[in-house]
Amino acid sequence: MSSTTVNRDQSGFSLAQYVTCLNGIVWREALRFVHQRERFVSALVRPLVWLFIFAAGFRQVLGISIIPPYETYILYEVYIAPGLMAMIQLFNGMQSSLSMVYDREMGNMRTLLVSPLPRWYLLFCKLVAGTAVSLLQVYAFLLIAWFWDIAPPTIGYLTVLPALVLSGLMLGALGMLISSGIKQLENFAGVMNFVIFPMFFASSALYPLWRVQEGSPLLYYVCLFNPFTHAVELIRFALYGQTNWISLAVVFCCTTAFMIGAIYAYDPSRGLVRRGPAGGET
Amino acid sequence: MTATDASAAGHAPDVHSRPDPAGISALSISCVSHSYGPRRALIDVSFAVAPASFTALLGLNGAGKSTLFALITRLFGIQAGRIGIFGHDISLAPGDALRLLGVVFQSRTLDLDLSVTQNLLYHAALHGIAKREARLRSDEVLTRIGLADRAGSKVRELSGGQMRRLEIARALLHRPRLLLLDEATVGLDVKARADILGHVRQLVIEQAIGVLWATHLFDEIMPEDDLVVLHQGQVLAHGPVENIIADARARDINSAFMRLTRAAADPGSPAP
Repeated sequence: MSSTTVNRDQSGFSLAQYVTCLNGIVWREALRFVHQRERFVSALVRPLVWLFIFAAGFRQVLGISIIPPYETYILYEVYIAPGLMAMIQLFNGMQSSLSMVYDREMGNMRTLLVSPLPRWYLLFCKLVAGTAVSLLQVYAFLLIAWFWDIAPPTIGYLTVLPALVLSGLMLGALGMLISSGIKQLENFAGVMNFVIFPMFFASSALYPLWRVQEGSPLLYYVCLFNPFTHAVELIRFALYGQTNWISLAVVFCCTTAFMIGAIYAYDPSRGLVRRGPAGGET
Repeated sequence: MTATDASAAGHAPDVHSRPDPAGISALSISCVSHSYGPRRALIDVSFAVAPASFTALLGLNGAGKSTLFALITRLFGIQAGRIGIFGHDISLAPGDALRLLGVVFQSRTLDLDLSVTQNLLYHAALHGIAKREARLRSDEVLTRIGLADRAGSKVRELSGGQMRRLEIARALLHRPRLLLLDEATVGLDVKARADILGHVRQLVIEQAIGVLWATHLFDEIMPEDDLVVLHQGQVLAHGPVENIIADARARDINSAFMRLTRAAADPGSPAP
């Protein structure tokens, strides 16, 4: 082929074909999300329950001093809003991985994996699709939260977007990595107990780290090394037009590490090789 | 339109426009072995499928057919041996190999919540086929398999036979040169089975596609087919059906299979 026609990579696919593939995977994920309205509703109800009930109860108990990025005293609801946004993405990442396990059990996953495009790219597209869905949920939450007097600066709705994309990718990649190691759908309940809840509670989502340090220095360090804490802080600062560079670096590194792990695990010559054929097949 | 033009338009290359290098098998499997822990699922399996031919892979449940399919489609990594599709090694050049391959798995792999057309468009996107071209192709394949009137239906509203036909249509959408079907007629009634088998045989004649048809049903095998007999992970016989029957000194494929498997189970017995 002449170099003047279409640029192709080593696998012989043009950039347009890569984009077509990405569009197709995002489109399919969006269609599935639209078809599962209850998934959208439950994704919204969960953080709203925390906001309307939990925060309302705790606002009198937990005082929040002035800590960056806040410049004044804030209500507890305002404090936990970034944590709840990250929680939406955490649940969405795990939901995506649940659907990958389901797809694998039902056989749909094979449709994806026998595509001739590089497998790392297919997994990356899947990750982007899951993140796109999580963004819809987060902005729907922010819209409702606005009526609850949680109103960051207007520019914050824009500056938080890159942070949400990065944290969505990190949590989605984590979910993908976890899904590669789950052999049956039933095992997924363990993920809820051993991943989602510890990650959420051992973080700065519900209380600032200095408060945790006062209560338990050990837990403080656990929180500090929890990538979810950094996703929350990245979102919190971005929502006020600021950048938390340490959190940005941690989230970026974790995204890369989780993604590499997931690609490694879904490589047929490594991760999938341990599994037998689908049920009933020989 | 040339393959280059198609690519420039964002379409998958039209593989039919490429000449076949002489002597290259559609599928070549050389000394392939695979184990699940201590259990050996495939032992030194070797055979080839010629272009534009129908090859039946006959084996009982548990023979290793699905494992072999998972290796050919790169769902599992190859532990030992080599698999090539039109000369492209599946381990070394998976993209080149997989774009020439269409596959229908034993278990259903359709998205039940999407429509017939949406399933096809999704598959097309996974092969990098631009949307306009994908729509044209999906209309074409749906018409060919008699599902044009169900294009907008949800897949879960289709019958078992229609789902299988749709899976075959989907496998043909990117115009492969080799089609794998793993027990594609399982669970279907007699008419649906005959329809699907007839359709696949037509593809061999009309589109010069090489077909590997895995089955455990003797009545799906015709005398003019090539046959691979797989039993407990090993190839017991490979060649034209008539030759296998003659070599086994049997009346038909059914009794030939019984003789071959009996001899494999009891190596001390006289060879068939």
